Amino acid sequence: MTGSSPAEDGPGPRSGPRAGRVPGAAAEPGAVPAAIADAHRREWAFVLAATARVAGDLDLAEECVQDAYAAALAAWSQHGVPRNPGAWLTTTARRRAIDALRRDRVLRAKLPLLIEPDPPAAGGAPPGWEPGEEGEVIRDDRLRLIFTCCHPALAREAQVALTLRLVCGLTTVETAQAFLVSEPTMAARVTRAKKKISAARIPYRVPGEADLPDRLDAVLTVVHLLYTTGHTAPAGPDLVRADLVERAIGLARMLHALMPDEREASGLLALILLTDARRATRADACGRLLLLEEQDRSRWDRPAIAEGTALVREALRGARPGRFTLQAAIAALHAEAPSYGETDWRQVAALYDLLLRVWSSPVVALNRAVAVAMARGPAAGLAQIGELEADGRLAGYRYLPAAKADLLRRLGNREEAAQAYRDALALTDNDAERAFLARRLTEVTGLVQGAGNG
Amino acid sequence: MAEYLILIFEDENAYATAAPEVFQQVMDAHNRFAEQVPQMGGKIVEGRALQPTSTATTIRGDVVTDGPFIETKEAVGGYYLIEARDLDHALQIGKLCPARFGGVEVRPIMEFS
Repeated sequence: MTGSSPAEDGPGPRSGPRAGRVPGAAAEPGAVPAAIADAHRREWAFVLAATARVAGDLDLAEECVQDAYAAALAAWSQHGVPRNPGAWLTTTARRRAIDALRRDRVLRAKLPLLIEPDPPAAGGAPPGWEPGEEGEVIRDDRLRLIFTCCHPALAREAQVALTLRLVCGLTTVETAQAFLVSEPTMAARVTRAKKKISAARIPYRVPGEADLPDRLDAVLTVVHLLYTTGHTAPAGPDLVRADLVERAIGLARMLHALMPDEREASGLLALILLTDARRATRADACGRLLLLEEQDRSRWDRPAIAEGTALVREALRGARPGRFTLQAAIAALHAEAPSYGETDWRQVAALYDLLLRVWSSPVVALNRAVAVAMARGPAAGLAQIGELEADGRLAGYRYLPAAKADLLRRLGNREEAAQAYRDALALTDNDAERAFLARRLTEVTGLVQGAGNG
Repeated sequence: MAEYLILIFEDENAYATAAPEVFQQVMDAHNRFAEQVPQMGGKIVEGRALQPTSTATTIRGDVVTDGPFIETKEAVGGYYLIEARDLDHALQIGKLCPARFGGVEVRPIMEFS
């Protein structure tokens, strides 16, 4: 099969850091594996999306793309890293798919994928086409791929699993680890989702204008969920799962680049960048969780904040900003404030009001209560938290008793604060968060550490 | 085009206690649906309403029992077999299918080639 590999030196329109590198026959040791790892991270979605169109079957496409990456090791070691690794991999994977289809017409329709023809180009060449190897043209199908993975007919956990697997190229083991489920469970989840795509004829296409807002929201929700799962790991010793965070940032960047006019895609990227700018300061050297007010703002990632803030400004233009944009605007206010106390809390509370209008979520209402407490005093915030408790939808949500405890503590109501900290502790499995709550509980009960009722 | 079955799940009690004008409204809604589907580029192959589950008989092995296979508050009360381009198209059609006392389930028909 290596004999059928394409010429190494294609034109390089997908400019990454490696594009433009002169192919060197004598690569330094480790350079080729590094180039392959880089191409895996950078190009997987493009290669798979383009191969799926030819294979007409997600399983076959995945297999051929894996083969192409494997073939790259030998070919690139011998001839040097091609100028456009993505095009080389795509051409190789697509050729393998065509070979497989010719060889085995019977097996072909295992999991057929319904590929919608491209809409007729309205004036000029359609965007997203890229020259591949040997003069052919490869369409950038990454949006089709991610919209298919995040189709609303698939359960959210299946959407997340498929996105990690097909768009990010994670293995089943890695995907299982990310969501703390067993490997067979994750494998079954992915298989079931792929079967549904095929059997129910979920089309491989970008939704039309009428469906786009809802469908895009589903995609952005999956990416945001990946980010939040990485941002505060649901369980275990580490607060942050850096691998998931990086994947989520990569996906958000991809969506923004492919849909520059979609304000919510800009909003999500901004939100993630602005939140993640604080990553280094969210825990101290011992892994202790630090609240926003305790964080060393001089160590926040200023370039990320600048990029995020610029994106928010852009996304806020025009009427009725969406929920990701509004959350990003709130994050921007925090990022730009010189200190916790000097944050524009009235503006934060006002943005939460707007957010509640487009996204009626009790979690948003809880955050608004915290902002109101800062703008108008703990008692005002506590009143809103009381309403949320009565509402009942946040029963079992660990941040409700934690927020309540904090406001009670600030009001000097130690007894009730202690009870609320205990309630929060009972709901928290993340070690860093548990340690923080236990520390606060010790403070309000005035007990020496270790003398508590353990 | 592919075939999908739209299963209509509704609360039977709601129908049992409904006023006559409600039945008329439901009939009108289904007639309207039958007009809308071809306008959307789909096709109704067949559509039927079922007698209530109190008329159902269940057979497991050789054992015959009175009643539906599974007792639920919302039961299948009718179905449409439709033709649609893909799941998105079938779901567009399914969203218009009347089911005022419940909802619908859209299932692809298995094709043996």
